[in-house]
Amino acid sequence: MRGNRLYKTFINIGGALILGLLLSFFITLFINSLPSIKKYGFDFITSKIWDPVFEKFGAFPFIIGTLLTSFISLIISIPFSISVSLFVAEYYENTFFSRIFETLVDLLAGIPSVIYGLWGFFYIVPIVSNIQIKLSISPTGVSIFTASLVLSIMIIPYASSIAKEVIKLVPNDLKEAGYSLGATRYEVIKNIIFPYAKSGIFAGILLSLGRAIGETMAVTMVIGNSIQLPKNIFQPGNTIASIIANEFTEAVGELHLSSLIELGLILFLITLIINLFANLIIKRHGFEI
Amino acid sequence: MIRKILSIIWFFLITITKLNAGVELTGAGATFPYPLYSKMFDEYYKTYGIKVNYQSIGSGGGIRQLKEKTVDFGASDAFLSDEQLKEFDGEILHIPTCLGAVVITYNLDLPQKIRFTSDLIADIYLGKITKWNDGRIRKVNPGLNLPDLPITVVRRADGSGTTFVFTDYLSKVSSEWKEKVGRGTSVNWPVGIGGKGNEGVSGLVKQTKGAIGYVEFTYALQNKLPYGIIKNKSGNFIEPTVESISEAGNVKLPEDMRISITNTESKKGYPISAFTYILVYSDLSKANDKMDYEKAKTLANLLWWITHEGQKYTKSLDYALLSKEAQKNAEKLLKKLNFNGKMLLK
Amino acid sequence: MKILKDRLFKFMVIFFALLILLPLFSIIFMIFKNGFSVINLEFLTTLPKPPGETGGGVLNGIVGTLLLVFFASLIAIPLGLIAGIFLYEYREKKIGEVLTTFVDISQGIPSIVVGIISYLWIVKRMGHFSLISGSFALSLIFLPIVAKSTKETLKMIPVYIIEASLSLGVSYPRTILKVVLPSSIGGILSGILLGISRISGETAPLLFTAFGNPFLNFNILKPVSSLPHLIFVYAISPYDNWRKYAWGCSLILVIFVSLMSFLNKLLLKKWKIKF
Repeated sequence: MRGNRLYKTFINIGGALILGLLLSFFITLFINSLPSIKKYGFDFITSKIWDPVFEKFGAFPFIIGTLLTSFISLIISIPFSISVSLFVAEYYENTFFSRIFETLVDLLAGIPSVIYGLWGFFYIVPIVSNIQIKLSISPTGVSIFTASLVLSIMIIPYASSIAKEVIKLVPNDLKEAGYSLGATRYEVIKNIIFPYAKSGIFAGILLSLGRAIGETMAVTMVIGNSIQLPKNIFQPGNTIASIIANEFTEAVGELHLSSLIELGLILFLITLIINLFANLIIKRHGFEI
Repeated sequence: MIRKILSIIWFFLITITKLNAGVELTGAGATFPYPLYSKMFDEYYKTYGIKVNYQSIGSGGGIRQLKEKTVDFGASDAFLSDEQLKEFDGEILHIPTCLGAVVITYNLDLPQKIRFTSDLIADIYLGKITKWNDGRIRKVNPGLNLPDLPITVVRRADGSGTTFVFTDYLSKVSSEWKEKVGRGTSVNWPVGIGGKGNEGVSGLVKQTKGAIGYVEFTYALQNKLPYGIIKNKSGNFIEPTVESISEAGNVKLPEDMRISITNTESKKGYPISAFTYILVYSDLSKANDKMDYEKAKTLANLLWWITHEGQKYTKSLDYALLSKEAQKNAEKLLKKLNFNGKMLLK
Repeated sequence: MKILKDRLFKFMVIFFALLILLPLFSIIFMIFKNGFSVINLEFLTTLPKPPGETGGGVLNGIVGTLLLVFFASLIAIPLGLIAGIFLYEYREKKIGEVLTTFVDISQGIPSIVVGIISYLWIVKRMGHFSLISGSFALSLIFLPIVAKSTKETLKMIPVYIIEASLSLGVSYPRTILKVVLPSSIGGILSGILLGISRISGETAPLLFTAFGNPFLNFNILKPVSSLPHLIFVYAISPYDNWRKYAWGCSLILVIFVSLMSFLNKLLLKKWKIKF
């Protein structure tokens, strides 16, 4: 790198900052989780009880809730994400129509999550409530399913924007070759574009997952905030992010607070790993997002 | 050029930090009395120009922030236990500000209010009674056409004094509850979905047919939700009203005001009533780093006002004002307020 | 048969793609329907009234959000620029690649975790909630966005421009500062707009830092309100006037975010940037 000493030093501060940031996040979370780690050890992850009165804390219901909502929302969102990316990058590539559409999808990504929560609370909850009545379940409206629905809409833009970029990168001559052999559009997509773009699409999906796992506000307003393990997806549940938001300012005992921070640590590590994975895949395919 | 910009920004920062340096008090805690405090602090500001920033993060939050010394005063419906008091590095005073009640609200279309007995409520919240047309409920409500709907139990998701009052009541009337769950600002609920704050619970109940929830009286009224009539210790079915709530407080009160009046002895008292408190360090110099004599005096005056002139705002918001005895006890407690030994009120 | 599959697939793709417009329009409709009638001069210029009283406004939230974003920008933009330049300078080296990955990962950290960190680092040390702790939390989210977009934009500047400047005798640091950065301003600005749009809607990190305030506050050491916080607190309250505030705030926020997005698009078009 060129430049004089002063410049280099100045720049290196920037680097140190980035390095220091993630590291110090981890250290802070870890140190403050110690009381809880020491007391519960590994059982923290498997224990189902969250009892502030008798000071027994276990993360299991929240881990399950987080995993359930994230994966269900992912599954729901995938067909939409892929459709959006194909729509914009293939079928209507470079048309006025698709540019407007892209703008609208960006809008979807820009809506603050607390507003998604509002919308979910007033519009989706009554719909799910009706479904619950038909299934003869307690018509709370709020449930794991409700949260998954709202989440699925929120995470669509994350996967679709990456998938769209990858799909655009598929070399035209490959596609032309397919068409010249008489393939239909569908066949080109299925046999040429998808195999070529599949790891990029996968990375995009991973990023969606990462977002879903960490989402707080929208989830906490529609999930029901139950501390029991839900028996099915139409029952209320809770996620790690949601319970931290609910109880953090009010945790009265040191152990309670430490347990919440330990939950935060777990969340931090999970999203870290998922994002790392996604990034490595993208890097391997030589394009940046 | 950059230097100029930096110095302008620095100047700006300093200026706006110096501005607004007037006395401002920060408090946090109970959602139970939030509408009342909101009104009181608004009036106090109009009259005296003192800003009070109160955030209703729940009684658990009030206690915690008081301990962490991030606020000037806390607010809680739950009074501190002896163990909890030991965790503070100074004496904590419980200043009663008013009485409120926890009512049982529900979402059903019925021509009259449902009557509950204490064991019914306990068993519903234990998950033992799951349908509205359960025989035991019908027995207490002859002539009421209770529907064949599942009971959706709603409770608090956050740490709450309202929860404390409610679980305190349940612990008194049900030994099973006392053993299994106990009382606290946050408990391990056997059943139920959680709403954030009284607002969240009343919101959820309003949205769900067949739901039952416990909320502070005002919230039920505001949401125009029906609430139950409950049988008290003396065997009378009492409807929550400002009068019956005050009645519940008509018992012998201890000097430090740490008393639970749930399941009250008072004959005409509503059984799930409670005092709500503002918690302060008696030696305000211990409150936090930013407290000084000026601020402490302002806080002391505010608390005196709340327990005297401020009481006139209680009725219109459906809170019960302090009885003469409660007020006298409050005065004695307030007179203990000092700043490093220097008394704040005469 | 092949044609049928092809047509069917195309139909499905279009169907699913357009279907997502349904929730989008539903949300926009909901906010406009409920929020439009709320917004008036009083709403934008006065403070909230106690429950049950009509009138009042959300000036504390509007000013709070502006202040929070302003101070977060003061922290995140300069530091983000420096970090971004670092990533650019070392982009061919291992350290650059690793730290770029770090920055990418940081963008995926849940905002609630950012809130916890800020509480432990700032609020606990200071002893009280404050505007500056809120801004700090927001800057933790903002910084990686600025760093990333700075790096990406700088990368796109053709090498010959740098070489030309150097051959004229301009020192390297000066070249970066006076030639490269200014030409990258479009992309950098785009990243900044994106960041501002993102952080103005964040609620979770402010729950444990800015705390909220029913009054106006310009003091960085005191608690402050914000639009997302007001939405969260007022939306599910049982008081009509408070719920109205929540809708009004939602409308303001959505308009603001859309504006940022629109400006961003204009910017990208004008500078013909392709990320």
